[in-house]
Amino acid sequence: MPVPILKQGSNLIVTVRSALTDEDLRVLQRAIVDQVGRYRSRGVIMDVTAVDVMDSFACRTYRDIAQMIQLRGAKTVIVGIQPEVAFSIVQLGSTLEGIATALDLEEGLSYLAELERQARPE
Amino acid sequence: MSETIRIPIDCDADIIVARQSGRQMATPLGFSAVDLTMIATAISELARNIIMYAQRGVIELQIQQSNGREGIVVCARDEGPGIADIEQAQRIGYSSSGQLGLGLPGVRRLMDEMKIESRPGKGTVVTARKWRS
Repeated sequence: MPVPILKQGSNLIVTVRSALTDEDLRVLQRAIVDQVGRYRSRGVIMDVTAVDVMDSFACRTYRDIAQMIQLRGAKTVIVGIQPEVAFSIVQLGSTLEGIATALDLEEGLSYLAELERQARPE
Repeated sequence: MSETIRIPIDCDADIIVARQSGRQMATPLGFSAVDLTMIATAISELARNIIMYAQRGVIELQIQQSNGREGIVVCARDEGPGIADIEQAQRIGYSSSGQLGLGLPGVRRLMDEMKIESRPGKGTVVTARKWRS
């Protein structure tokens, strides 16, 4: 099932719904990496507000996606990790190390805007 | 003992069916949102282990009452290659598939109890319980 990828200015916004299968995640991974190039995106926001479980495979896939996006010259922010999901990730011993996170979409967008500002010479 | 729900695990979509069934079964027991998510995450890891190591198997879910406590029992069964060294499999960082070394120790931390029974060539049964606090 497709995951909507929305282009907003120089960013892509990916709204991850709950209950993605492993195959859905792999398809999503390819789609994002492809679209970063097509739209010359500088940032990718992955909104996981609706995600109710992040197991070790999901965490690893998000880490892979973030690294691929970085190799394509853009930044990733994961937003909307629910408190109970955060708790479970830590208990599981999994990690989203190396990926920027923000509370919600608004915070994620201002984080990317700040990065853009810093990258631009005065 | 209540009735057992059996979820055949055969492909990655079954992992989601299993963890959603677990959440559904545990919700009426009055678990907190954090506990429900930990149970669903543990089921996800156990079902994933089945796919990864044994290709197919089954997740069994049951409500259990014991000494005035109520909880959920998750049992992951497969007839795969089995685990030669159970102690090693429970150590952090160990993974014979070379993929993720945190499956079983992670499940142990998410749940209250975990037991592994396995013999090489005879499959594996992992039983994990979580009691409502």
